[in-house]
Amino acid sequence: MDLLTGPLDSGIDRRALAEIVLLGLLCGPLSFWVRSFRLAYPSESLAHGLLPGLVLAALAGAPLILGAAGGVAVAAAAVALAGRDHRIGSDTATAVVVSGTFGLGVLLALRPDAPARLGELLFGDPLGVSGTDLAAAAALVVAGGVALAALHRPLAAVAFDAGGAGGLGLRPGRVRLALLLVLATAVAVAVQGLGSLLVLAILVAPAAAVGDHVRSPARAMAAGAAVAVGAGVVGLYSSYHLGGAAGASVALALCAAAAGGALVRRFVPPAAPASA
Amino acid sequence: MSAALEVRELAAGYGGDPVLTGVSFAVPAGSSVCVLGPNGGGKTTLFRALAGQLAPAAGDFDITGRPAYVAQAAHARLDFPVSALDVAVMGSLAGRWWLPARGRDRDAARAALERVGLAGSEPTAFGSLSGGQRQRVLIARALVQDATVLLLDEPLAGVDPASAETITALFADLAAEGRTLLVSSHDVEGARAFDAVLCLNREQVAYGDPAAVLDARVLETTYGRELILIPESGGAGGVRAVAVQHHEH
Repeated sequence: MDLLTGPLDSGIDRRALAEIVLLGLLCGPLSFWVRSFRLAYPSESLAHGLLPGLVLAALAGAPLILGAAGGVAVAAAAVALAGRDHRIGSDTATAVVVSGTFGLGVLLALRPDAPARLGELLFGDPLGVSGTDLAAAAALVVAGGVALAALHRPLAAVAFDAGGAGGLGLRPGRVRLALLLVLATAVAVAVQGLGSLLVLAILVAPAAAVGDHVRSPARAMAAGAAVAVGAGVVGLYSSYHLGGAAGASVALALCAAAAGGALVRRFVPPAAPASA
Repeated sequence: MSAALEVRELAAGYGGDPVLTGVSFAVPAGSSVCVLGPNGGGKTTLFRALAGQLAPAAGDFDITGRPAYVAQAAHARLDFPVSALDVAVMGSLAGRWWLPARGRDRDAARAALERVGLAGSEPTAFGSLSGGQRQRVLIARALVQDATVLLLDEPLAGVDPASAETITALFADLAAEGRTLLVSSHDVEGARAFDAVLCLNREQVAYGDPAAVLDARVLETTYGRELILIPESGGAGGVRAVAVQHHEH
């Protein structure tokens, strides 16, 4: 019994658990759209590119979530500007910009007068989440969830057939932009717990674990949430009992779920269509 | 009969120089028009302009009722987890996209699927349907939009002959109930079965009754080297035409 209740004894661990559950509830469903719109690379770019914002917030003693939000906005604008030069190509431009901003973040964090928190910013620390951080994360998760619910039908129509979606009265470019804003919000929230380097796990791994074993986007999102929350909790518990780093343990558990999903797909066929 | 669609000196493109210019024609309600032209000739551009997805670079047009653009089924993702009913229901999201589909939206989608001969296929995954069935699901989606002018982008491309026959019969039914159809195609001979034919090659080459319009000069201007003209047997001077299609990769 102590195996399960042990991590609940301390307020620090309870907050970490609540943070991971909140992240799973937003990022798990979101991962289905990240996969459907092929946004894994842009997600990684946003997560790495926001590091200067995180470092500046840490240096100023401001809430990390503010730094993350500012960092995401600057990184997204820089990527968008660089991507306009079609001679270079948007992927190359993105890689250069993100490497540059990430390097800038490391440079700022390694200044002699900077507090020694670079590891926390890179790899996250769910155990360091305060009550205020948790409240802000909860508010953003609710906002992101409402946005995903409102965008559900346009997202499905555009992911299914972007050309045809224009004929339904939608603007596929705007739908994609709205999804990127939700993604940026999720990155800003999740980076507190999982850090700039590991946050990608919760944005990509749940959908990879679920794969094609679903019959509808709604079921894929629900399954993604279950995987993200489940793997997150398992990661946190294993970190508690084995004494490993919490953020890395959660990321590893998420990636193990994705690997398990891939293994299942080797032996179980995708969701069979209903007979006509 | 009043015109369901009237186009005046329309030009359209994607920024920069228009890729299609000088398009003028009028279509009575309940008519079917075959739009012929080579790849890159402006067929899709015309449809997207008429559907309101592209702002005209010049000219204008009037549409009576609501247009619906039906893109090629080949562009839809087969691995996306949606059923035939889910796709048809998408036709009801205009104007209330942020709300879930209502019961009556699903009823309208079921009725549209029945209308295109797919009753009973509602729960079938879209990717599991045949090419012809997928095309009919997309037409059902346009019917849910209650479109009076249907802009169908190569609906018979890659469709097996049996499905093509079903879809062609469906076109006749839809026109009979007063809907106006513009159907892009590479099937020059099939175009002769339509009420009118519009030939495009970056500009309007010809418009009118297929029997009067589809002569060797018009076809050569429309397709250039992408056309093979075969003299008809009987020595009456007629030609059969076969457009050479290039697949885009």
